[in-house]
Amino acid sequence: MKNLKKSSKDHLITYGILLLVYIVAEILIKTGNMSSLMQGILVPVCVYSLVAIGLNLCVGYLGELSLGHAGFMCVGAFCGAYTTKMLQGTINNEILLFTIALVVGVIMAALFGFLVGIPVLRLKGDYLAIVTLAFGEIIKNIINVLYIAKCSDGMKVAITDGGAIEVDEAIGEMWLVNGAKGINRIPHLSNFTIGMILIFVALFVVFHLVDSRSGRAIMAIRDNRIAAESVGINITKYKMMAFVISAAIAGAGGVLYAHNLSTLTATPTNFGYNMSIMILVFVVLGGMGSFRGSIIAATILTILPEGLRGLADYRMLIYSVLLISMMLFNWAPAAVNWKKKVMASINNKTSKKGQVE
Amino acid sequence: MKSLKKLLSVALVGVMCVSVLAGCDSNTASGQASAGAATETFKIGGIGPITGGAAIYGTAVMNGAQIAVDEINAAGGINGYQIEYKFEDDTHDAEKSVNAYNSLKDWGMQALVGTVTTTPCIAVADYTAQDGMLEITPSASSTDVIVNDNVFQVCFTDPNQGTASAQYIGEGNLATKVAVIYDSSDVYSSGIEATFVKEAENQNFEVVAVEAFTADSKTDFSTQLQKAQSAGADLVFLPFYYQEAAIVLKQAKDMDYAPVFFGVDGMDGILTLEGFDTTLAEGVILLTPFAADAKDEATQKFVATYQEKYNEIPNQFAADAYDAVYAVKAALEAANATPSQTAQEIGNLAIPAMTTITVNGITGEMTWQATGEVSKTPKAVVIKDGVYVAMD
Repeated sequence: MKNLKKSSKDHLITYGILLLVYIVAEILIKTGNMSSLMQGILVPVCVYSLVAIGLNLCVGYLGELSLGHAGFMCVGAFCGAYTTKMLQGTINNEILLFTIALVVGVIMAALFGFLVGIPVLRLKGDYLAIVTLAFGEIIKNIINVLYIAKCSDGMKVAITDGGAIEVDEAIGEMWLVNGAKGINRIPHLSNFTIGMILIFVALFVVFHLVDSRSGRAIMAIRDNRIAAESVGINITKYKMMAFVISAAIAGAGGVLYAHNLSTLTATPTNFGYNMSIMILVFVVLGGMGSFRGSIIAATILTILPEGLRGLADYRMLIYSVLLISMMLFNWAPAAVNWKKKVMASINNKTSKKGQVE
Repeated sequence: MKSLKKLLSVALVGVMCVSVLAGCDSNTASGQASAGAATETFKIGGIGPITGGAAIYGTAVMNGAQIAVDEINAAGGINGYQIEYKFEDDTHDAEKSVNAYNSLKDWGMQALVGTVTTTPCIAVADYTAQDGMLEITPSASSTDVIVNDNVFQVCFTDPNQGTASAQYIGEGNLATKVAVIYDSSDVYSSGIEATFVKEAENQNFEVVAVEAFTADSKTDFSTQLQKAQSAGADLVFLPFYYQEAAIVLKQAKDMDYAPVFFGVDGMDGILTLEGFDTTLAEGVILLTPFAADAKDEATQKFVATYQEKYNEIPNQFAADAYDAVYAVKAALEAANATPSQTAQEIGNLAIPAMTTITVNGITGEMTWQATGEVSKTPKAVVIKDGVYVAMD
């Protein structure tokens, strides 16, 4: 362990914690000690952790604010669910079906990230935030007027006028995307194990990225764009790299989300502006640049409102109080000073220990 | 700094683990296989939005069902057993709704009255089907809700409402040129719009304009109204909820456009909307199964109790929920269910029984088909002097 780089050691700790949580959760499920509520919430926790990891790469390492990660999630979710619906019946292996849906969802989300990035990442300032915000809203509205049906005489697509397509379910025709009704009867392919695997893969990707030469270039751009440019770093290329990967991970979260519920609609609550902000809250509270922090924040803030169901209406109140106190704990001068004091005393102890050894 | 971070992460991981474990407490056991042999009450759950944008519907359902539960309990319960009723919030979100369902399952729910809104209902229906639980939704009206055999509706399906509205306008010769304004981002609204436009082809009127709005732009309808006006529509069909309809009526008045406005069951409630000038709704026709001023004894009793308890005139959602609870009662009685049975055992008995029962509720006399669809007659009412008056 001593030969390991500090960052690698840190990454191992993150993997270890996740593995531990996974094992504990699995044991609880297998022994029947976990409530239905908790079992139901495990996949959403994985979804939000994934998206938070993706956004953290963008906000924490690239230093660009994205307010449209719910939009990328939406793209991933709809493309993934669409693929599953298309191939359902042709491919019967669930794992294979999910993998294909995942690949399609991730690629499409990355593609949209790329398209959004082409004009915007060349600019300085807050443009990315504005454009991604618009992107998220546009995607949601496009999906709400998009009608695609699988009919006996081929695929039919309509914009706005869904009534123009006649679907007779009795002869095996079906809606794939039905406007505001979205995609329905999606098979349940997501589960906690798949979610955890995706988180591990996403962490593996982002850890390797930030530790690599490209990662250092990305952070150099964040810290000082002019200096980075002056040493010959291709700004747009590296920004694009980080942003596209970030969008792709959000897309993976979307695919997982889509296969967890049998219905998928693009509403302001699940893919709207508020969700983007929610994910940003996970990232900010977990600590920008700390993937582990993002996962922990996403987990706590997803479980908490459900765990507090017993308190009925007060849970909203407690939830917001908790948000504020977490923020204060992380950023308020008094809390920061207190943390410094604690840190100093711990440091003293550990250094003394070191001397003894 | 690093040690601090370590300390912090250890602490936070601790919190995470605790919160993971938090749900795994005592009530787990009763919620699962052994639905409590000792329980002497039927546990009926409800799910719907009681916070957020759709809160008004969820609250109405919660209250309406509560009145029915209280009445049934006072009258001796179901098969001699009292009912315990618990309502969980889903904020009109599919994911939260499934969470709410799981939490009710942990509580030991044996039959579900819900969910209130369509999209969450589709998601929850999938789980109730897996668990074999009887689910009766008061108000989720899409046909996608009832694809599973265990789900039954108290409200009309969207296609039925669209078709019935078109037929009503056609047969009553209410108009020759009709404009439709609808919410394209809403399942309920776009579902009705689609079948209305389709059925209109068979009727003696012409649809001259179909204008959409979305949940993000539901505060200004002047563009849509202008298009309807310039297309010469003498009737405007408004298949959406009353909050938006109130704005439409106000804006139409402001631009001196006075066609006949025709609404569906979502329009019900407009007269009790706070700050709404009821003269604006004069002459509005709506298709609804429930009218709060109906003269029959059951309705009057329900309205009086609701007003006394919640200080509001109940809308159609409350009435549907009230009837849904009575439907559960009828099904459980027909199935001879006892509280000691699990949700699945009760479901196995009560789900087939649903097609045999007849419930004479405050939204009409109802029977159910095996598909889950309800059969009852739609009533059209017209608003005159601030009250509903039956059309015929």
